[in-house]
Amino acid sequence: MSVPLSPALSIARAAGALSRLRGGGGTSVPGRVLTALAPNAIELLSARLQMGTALISATNGKTTTAAMAAAMLQRSGVALVHNSAGANMEGGVASTLLEAARGESIDGHLGLFEIDEAWLASLTAQLRPRAIVLSNLFRDQLDRYGELETIAQSWAETVSEGPGGEAALVLNADDPMVADLGRSRKDVTYFGIEDEGVALEGMAHAADAKRCRRCGAPYSFERVYLGHLGIYSCPSCGQSRPAPDVSASEIELKGVRSCSFTLRTRAGAARVELPLPGLYNVYNALAAAALGSVLGLDMDAIASSLSEAQPAFGRAETVHVQGRELRILLVKNPAGANEVLRTLALEPGEHDLLGVLNDGIADGRDVSWIWDADFEALAGRVRRVTCSGTRAPELALRLKYAGVDPDRISVREALEPALLGALRDGPSGDERPVYALPTYTAMLALRELLVRRGDAAERWS
Amino acid sequence: MSSGPLDVQAQDGAPTLRVCALYPDLMNIYADRGNLLMLQRRCLWRGLGFALSESGIGEQLHPHEHDLIYIGGGQDRDQLLCAKDLVEVKGEALRASASRGAIVLGVCGGYQLLGRSYELGPGETIEGVGLLDVLTVRDPGPRLIGNVAIEVELDGAPRVLAGFENHGGRTRLRPGQRPLGRVLKGHGNDGHSGFEGAISGSVIGTYLHGPLLPKNAWLADWLTASALRIPVKELEPLDDALEDAAHQSARRAAGV
Repeated sequence: MSVPLSPALSIARAAGALSRLRGGGGTSVPGRVLTALAPNAIELLSARLQMGTALISATNGKTTTAAMAAAMLQRSGVALVHNSAGANMEGGVASTLLEAARGESIDGHLGLFEIDEAWLASLTAQLRPRAIVLSNLFRDQLDRYGELETIAQSWAETVSEGPGGEAALVLNADDPMVADLGRSRKDVTYFGIEDEGVALEGMAHAADAKRCRRCGAPYSFERVYLGHLGIYSCPSCGQSRPAPDVSASEIELKGVRSCSFTLRTRAGAARVELPLPGLYNVYNALAAAALGSVLGLDMDAIASSLSEAQPAFGRAETVHVQGRELRILLVKNPAGANEVLRTLALEPGEHDLLGVLNDGIADGRDVSWIWDADFEALAGRVRRVTCSGTRAPELALRLKYAGVDPDRISVREALEPALLGALRDGPSGDERPVYALPTYTAMLALRELLVRRGDAAERWS
Repeated sequence: MSSGPLDVQAQDGAPTLRVCALYPDLMNIYADRGNLLMLQRRCLWRGLGFALSESGIGEQLHPHEHDLIYIGGGQDRDQLLCAKDLVEVKGEALRASASRGAIVLGVCGGYQLLGRSYELGPGETIEGVGLLDVLTVRDPGPRLIGNVAIEVELDGAPRVLAGFENHGGRTRLRPGQRPLGRVLKGHGNDGHSGFEGAISGSVIGTYLHGPLLPKNAWLADWLTASALRIPVKELEPLDDALEDAAHQSARRAAGV
């Protein structure tokens, strides 16, 4: 069945209204109805955007990178159509376009979309983007995505032919699997970190992409910044890390609060005080800055937007609950978790934690990954940890084997008692925060709970 | 042999569990290190020694130095590299180890490599080391993915193993090959035979990861005791409240 666009838009809007009325929060429902009725809707609606579209994909950091890029573009006067709530598959993109559609036109200049890794090929064909940012590939949800190689192969095809072959390409120079995607392309903008001071002593256990995509030989790493990101070369075929066009140097990491660095682009240099923690957010900032420079934004707009960056949905958000600060740090795969744990370890003293492990489809049904994440960083650093979620006992066991004293671990599978328990465990008036480490659906549930209790504002509808 | 970060000195003349992980940098995709950590911690808490060595591509395996040899799962390309090495470089020592009773445990891709052959794709079959009389073939159907629970009888009494499986290959037992267990929930070897894994003497293969041992502490103890050739009941009891809860959680996820 195929319906002309205009009636399809009306029906899809009605379906969305109905779904909301029935309490369905799914932002992708109207979009799914729309693409079922008019399979070319994404192509037709996105063609109305005068400035075209820009896509961002990665295993980790999509939502934050897109939020940073959105701030830069808005500061420069560009009106956006942006899937800011992170609905990043076909239905979510279609819903976002549907919401912006007005009669025969669209309310916005540029489409800014974060795209699920597995959807990049299909959505690139439909959106015909002017720019594609690819940031990193880590092992994640093997039950859903399959092997990393499969994603890398699909990305390689996407950026080398068809509409993707014509888009400006922004790649992370420090991720060998991602940087190699620029092999057959000219005019790639690479971003990367240039700072020996933040390099790790060795490679994390769960590091991926240790072998050259071209010839299979093991890479030699001169520096490792994060997971398998760093400065590398292949001793066999000579592939090496491209020199970054956009870089961060003189990096200062300030615990779970913030960091600062010197940003260099082709247009010059500026010192950025980023109000988000951790090296992973430096990478997100670089990806956004590189996209900004490809889209022609000036250095001032880029650097000042980054200095005012806000945490994206559930990523390093802070909420005040019952007189205590609750900091939400999303953990969803080994590489992401390791960076959160590394950042947490920079804060002195023993921490109060709420770990929430769910095994929903969006989390990955397979919870093995917790054994690949380096929870050992918490050994000796936990005052109390409450484990919650659908697989709470397995998280508790992981922490015991990571070296956390079992007497400091409690298990409360239901979220609300777990949250209240975690807050109460500290002495009253405790100024130290409680750190919540939820998986993706757990983060959504936690936010919903906080909104329902009146502790957090509902920032996204 | 240098001592690694997980090595533990045995106390008061207690035995040492000597473990060798094969290809730990390549065959580790489903958090296989959780299995090794489980063995190590439980030895530590019991005053048993623990020695972990690793054997990568091109490195010889010593036929007499290991009580338990572990091989995990990897991406297809890495698995191909390991398969060749396993047959050509380590095959003889691995067979010698198994025949003197060392435990050989293969999980997921490691299980496939312990069999006779493994079909990578159309017309591309690689030879396995043949410690288990199984063949792994491709099937046009989808990957077999999900929570899984099986019933096994290692010491006569039936017990449950719970885990997660994610494999494209279908593994068939040849006549006379004993399965590791019977599928209670999930797909097992091939999605229809009702069998999961394979066991021949001290050689065990299974698709259950998750990882396997943290979800089934009783199996970690059974493997430790068998590798040390002592009865399981001689292992000092531990406070397994969290271990038991994790096992129940994994069983619930599988629906058992």
